[in-house]
Amino acid sequence: MTQTIIWTVAILSVLGLLLALILFWVARKFRVEEDPRIDEVEKVMPGANCGGCGFAGCRAFADAAVKAPNLDNQYCPVGGDEVMQKVAAILGFTVAAKAPQVAVVRCNGTCANRPRTNDYDGAQSCRVKAALYSGDTGCSYGCLGCGDCVAACQFGALSMDPATGLPVVDASKCTACGACVKACPKHIIELRNQGPRGMREFVSCVNKDKGPAARKACAAACIGCGLCAKTCTHDAITVTDNVAYIDFTKCKLCRECEAVCPTGAIHGVNFPKELDKDAVKKRIADRKAKAAAAAAAAAQPVEKKEVANG
Amino acid sequence: MGKLTFSMGGVHPHDSKFARECAIEELPLPPTVYVSMAQHLGAPAKPVVAVGDTVKVGQVIAEPGGFISAFVHSPASGTVKSIAPRKDLAGNPVMHVEIAVEGDEWDPAIDRTKTLVTAIPEDKAVILDRIKAGGVVGLGGATFPTHVKLSPPPGKVAECLIINGTECEPYLTSDYRIMLERPKEIVVGAAIMQKVLGGCPCVIGIEENKPEAIRTMGAAIAELGYPGIEVKVLKKRYPQGGEKQLIDAVMKRQVRSGGLPIDVGAVVQNAGTALAVYEAVQKNKPLITNVLTVTGDHIPGNLQHNYLFRIGAPLSFIMEQAGGIPQTADKLVSGGPMMGKAISNPDATTVKGSSAILYLSEASTRRQATTSCIRCGKCADACPMGLEPFLLYRLYKAADLDALEKQAAQDCIECGCCLYSCPAHIPLLDHIRQAKGQVMGVIRARAAAAKAAAEAAKK
Repeated sequence: MTQTIIWTVAILSVLGLLLALILFWVARKFRVEEDPRIDEVEKVMPGANCGGCGFAGCRAFADAAVKAPNLDNQYCPVGGDEVMQKVAAILGFTVAAKAPQVAVVRCNGTCANRPRTNDYDGAQSCRVKAALYSGDTGCSYGCLGCGDCVAACQFGALSMDPATGLPVVDASKCTACGACVKACPKHIIELRNQGPRGMREFVSCVNKDKGPAARKACAAACIGCGLCAKTCTHDAITVTDNVAYIDFTKCKLCRECEAVCPTGAIHGVNFPKELDKDAVKKRIADRKAKAAAAAAAAAQPVEKKEVANG
Repeated sequence: MGKLTFSMGGVHPHDSKFARECAIEELPLPPTVYVSMAQHLGAPAKPVVAVGDTVKVGQVIAEPGGFISAFVHSPASGTVKSIAPRKDLAGNPVMHVEIAVEGDEWDPAIDRTKTLVTAIPEDKAVILDRIKAGGVVGLGGATFPTHVKLSPPPGKVAECLIINGTECEPYLTSDYRIMLERPKEIVVGAAIMQKVLGGCPCVIGIEENKPEAIRTMGAAIAELGYPGIEVKVLKKRYPQGGEKQLIDAVMKRQVRSGGLPIDVGAVVQNAGTALAVYEAVQKNKPLITNVLTVTGDHIPGNLQHNYLFRIGAPLSFIMEQAGGIPQTADKLVSGGPMMGKAISNPDATTVKGSSAILYLSEASTRRQATTSCIRCGKCADACPMGLEPFLLYRLYKAADLDALEKQAAQDCIECGCCLYSCPAHIPLLDHIRQAKGQVMGVIRARAAAAKAAAEAAKK
């Protein structure tokens, strides 16, 4: 018995030593020379391996960053500017600051707003559902509610709200990696600038149907009336294919569009005060009256001049 | 005469052909028709009429939008009210031409008499032109433009023309009724296609559950006396009417993965297509009417019909004419229960490929709760393409596109046998269809890249 144990230990020890020597030799002989900066860059990366940057993971990003002539085509949405500055410092590049972004769900189709016209009992996947038909409601652009975006999110930032049937983004957890944007077959989710203190203004609808059809399908649909675009003094709103879009790089968060929207399709979030629609409408009316008066005043002398010339 | 069948897989659903005794009735004209611009496989057609134009029955209202595309004709006479996107039966916007029906004035070039014209034009090009001009597409389900299918690429020779009269989908009886009521026209249509393909033999394949159709078609062939046409009896087994399955059953040849039927010398056309070819070539009548079955389970006999309808009549109009949607109907399906599409928008219009409106009861359509896969292999046994659906399902979940391609997800014919046979009620087909789409995308992207590289190398 004792002898068996001694033999076993001895044989295993010798074998272990031998294999260790072979491994040591192999590791020396076939060592791959790697740029040490790859390790350094990887160390400052968030390590989420989410693929939000377009690379397979953080190491692939680091590898590409080290080989690239500059960092213009690379950005880590999870780490944001902070990480990019560190990466730039290691590699001796300079990067311009980019505003932090967040995923925004652009659909208003709650159970109350959007009456159900069909009942779906197939596979619970938005992609499968989208391939079969346009959805349970009259709106063929809105959220399908099977939660492909929730499944795609690695950071637990998305969840389905059972009351509305729509996904909700937890801005504190969202890293703007864009996985949900890719997962949504209806292209409802968009990455938008987080905005100062999280204040954002966006059109929460992507319905391209004409006004009456859109309104029939959903009480809070964008009907493409263009009131918001006419009101906006910052040239931030465009209406294409019967749906308005607010350019977040131009929006000054004045909330006038939100006040004039007849269906409530425009949402403002994280504002400290609730929107006083009447006050804002009055402000717009005053401004318009003033502008009209100014225009009338400017027009008069021109008319006289024309008469004189004629 | 032995009964022919395909070599692997298949299921045996109850055939439920409740409407088989209902003779074809002609449906009255609807007040408005909506003609879809995307009612065939390939590029959508381009409208050639403008709002306010008056059109006659059979007048061209849209021309092909590409090589694989088809002409679209007006099914009614009246005024073009609008050309705008409208929701199809799945609720997705598709371009439609809306025509307000006024009277029933036909294009004078169309021969509306019932006389049988047996003299086939001598010139192949003339025949093909008439088929193309008639907007004829495959009425078996895929709606592939017929003139394209009848023009084999250079180097390929058709050795056998198969007329598909199997109608293996449960419930459907439209092909059965036309085989009973218009057998001679179908035979002439088959002879015309035979001529275009260079006089190859022609087999009309009919499932054994339609003995009357087998008899009438046989009698019509004997009476008309065209050489090289025969009826072959096929076993009742789903999907006997699948193109590749039918070739396997009739010719004992298998189409390889990614190949076309013409690679093994086969051309398959539906019985309804043969009738449409007859009308287009001999009667100058474009594809503006088709036969559709209205049926379902647990519904009274007076709600079951086989209708000759104008393509473009709204589904809701047809259902109204057929006696309204019965109380027991829980799900409306356009097409058969195995491969048809659910009607989520009853205001949608009929298209060239519309073959049935089914009213299915809750008991027969409601999906049951999914349980775990126990690897029983029933889906693999049922798959007529020899695939392993349970594996494809898992690979899709793992998003392994390379493995999916190796496992030939792109060969899936979406017949639904796997889903039908799964004891765990796993929505296999739903996911495999997605997988197929993704793999096809990869294959197409690769082909496009290879083509671009070859062109770059030439330069």
